[in-house]
Amino acid sequence: MQSANEPALDPGEAGALGASAAGRRWTRLKFQLRFLLAVLRARPMFALGYFIVLTIIILGVFAPLIAPYPPETANPEDFLQLPSGRHLLGTDATGMDIFTRIIYAPRIDLTIAIAGTVISAVVGSLIGALVGYYQEMRGIRAFFAGFVMRAADVLQAFPVFVFAIALVAIFGQSLQSIIAAIAFVNTPIYLRLMRSQVLAIRNMRYVEASYVSGASDVAIMLRHIIPNSLGPILSQLSVNIGWSVLLTAALSFVGAGVVAPTPEWGSMIAVGFQSIITGQWWPSVFPGIALAVTVFGFALVGASVEVLADPSRRRALGGTLRQKPSGAA
Amino acid sequence: MSAVLEVEGLVKHFPIAGQRAVVQAVNGVGFSVARGETLALVGESGSGKTTVGRCVLGLIPRTQGAVRFHGAMIDKRHNIRSRDLRGKLQLVFQEPAESLDPRMRIGETIGEPLRQLDMAQVDRVKRVREVARRVGLSEASLEQFPAELSAGQQQRVGIARAIVTSPELIVLDEPTSALDPTARAEIIDLLIRLQKELDTAYLFISHDLSTVRYVSHRVAVMYLGMIVEQGSAAEIFSHPRHPYSIGLLSSVLLPNPKLKREVRVDLKGEIPSPIDLPNGCYLAGRCPFVDEQCRAAMPPADQVGDGHFVHCYHHRKALSGQVALDYFDDFQAKAEQVLGAGRR
Repeated sequence: MQSANEPALDPGEAGALGASAAGRRWTRLKFQLRFLLAVLRARPMFALGYFIVLTIIILGVFAPLIAPYPPETANPEDFLQLPSGRHLLGTDATGMDIFTRIIYAPRIDLTIAIAGTVISAVVGSLIGALVGYYQEMRGIRAFFAGFVMRAADVLQAFPVFVFAIALVAIFGQSLQSIIAAIAFVNTPIYLRLMRSQVLAIRNMRYVEASYVSGASDVAIMLRHIIPNSLGPILSQLSVNIGWSVLLTAALSFVGAGVVAPTPEWGSMIAVGFQSIITGQWWPSVFPGIALAVTVFGFALVGASVEVLADPSRRRALGGTLRQKPSGAA
Repeated sequence: MSAVLEVEGLVKHFPIAGQRAVVQAVNGVGFSVARGETLALVGESGSGKTTVGRCVLGLIPRTQGAVRFHGAMIDKRHNIRSRDLRGKLQLVFQEPAESLDPRMRIGETIGEPLRQLDMAQVDRVKRVREVARRVGLSEASLEQFPAELSAGQQQRVGIARAIVTSPELIVLDEPTSALDPTARAEIIDLLIRLQKELDTAYLFISHDLSTVRYVSHRVAVMYLGMIVEQGSAAEIFSHPRHPYSIGLLSSVLLPNPKLKREVRVDLKGEIPSPIDLPNGCYLAGRCPFVDEQCRAAMPPADQVGDGHFVHCYHHRKALSGQVALDYFDDFQAKAEQVLGAGRR
């Protein structure tokens, strides 16, 4: 380990300063990889989270190559088979292979969850940043800020699930309307989160320094406020994706979400649910486990993002490992 | 001597939520700072010195009064973000860590004010390096993040960011009070050297009188939002006339216990609440010289020397009987003796 406290005084480093930009980028990349490994060693749960999320995404993307059966073709001869060599996780009441359908499901579930959450995060953060920045001022902008916050209060006062069902009922039962419903119910979360971040950051000394040197509101927001408030947003994003998967599944479970033959965890649980009473537990339990593991994985990733996005906590985690000034090996 | 900054009758009241009353933080403050000059604003916590600095820069709107920069009014329209004022006034904060964006590399932070001046990227990098050298930051540290530097280094970065635009006035808001003594001495030396090189005017806000003695040309003593005494540093430190100044000066702990001094003015009690100020002199409740006159009306400014003003009816009484002895000179001599020995 290098002695990290006195930069730039050792001659090797001074030589490296003159290195080409490409070389510098390469050393930085190498450093970041080493850093990531150190973090994963210190927090194995983060590694588990990344592993789960990556596995689910890969399974979803390569489902047509991996799956042994077509996902939406019923085979009545093979109905309600126990898990076996032929059907890894058994079959459901219509004879569709459960393993196949479980690995096809992320295609729908994750698409809806990620799209809905990202839309709500972008819209919510932008509005939240504006509201937070202008709230303490007077005039029309402060009035607008107050209005937005009360509107968010009203939105959040509705039970989320009932509200989502109502939205789907209004817009019709399609992929887009489920995404819209999820985006809509999540937006106030990001709005509040961003607003509270901005309220804290806009009074920081470095924002004042920027103001004194003549930076415009837009420049201050883009340069200081948004980058510094992004950490909690990103971490919330990951947790929220898991949570949105759950909401999508729940909507499908009650029949307000994805329509029946499409492979989706919630509707699979709903379909299998009828067989549980007669002793066939597998059509419901396996999609349920897949769902739980997914939510857990995204929650872990969210926790890791929260730590990694905070420079001081990241440094603490990296321990002795420390980024040397440019170009140092 | 042309003034870089003139402040006249500055008043700042902060509203209290849900109440009619206001916090009268600053009540009619006036001063001017000339080129290459350091004016120190001193006073205890709550005296409104920081508020004055923030009003001057327009970080908070003022209630009343005028601020002029080279004779031109600074107001809502023509403010610190206006094109012709950009980079002319700068600010250094008390808390070095909080004054730097934790996500920006040091080089970026120092160069940020230049972006408002539409300077090309290449020139910016060159200028940042030059300034970094001036304040004693290594080239490698420009690539680091603020949390990787010590407090003293961070304050150097804050100073570098302030001087990068070659400002004419820098408001230094307690720039040394968060630092340990060694770093403090280094930063003070740096500030004095920079002022000599760049001829910048400093508005030096501090409660640390031993530092003030060392850096300032003129001193304004603030109490409850008004300047009770203003004059050259040598005058104020050797012949303070306002009872508050005398009390403030005799409250400083000298590092040498053998330097004896008799307590001339013992200020009792706490600073009154700035929400309902007394009618007469603000110090009436704590002052040993107080009489009816003091309680009735605020004493007007009395000029007692060249540019030396004092707001007190009894400043002659306060001055008489006091030995004209600048403890700080003694201290200074002692300190230089000790430090000088170490340096050589």
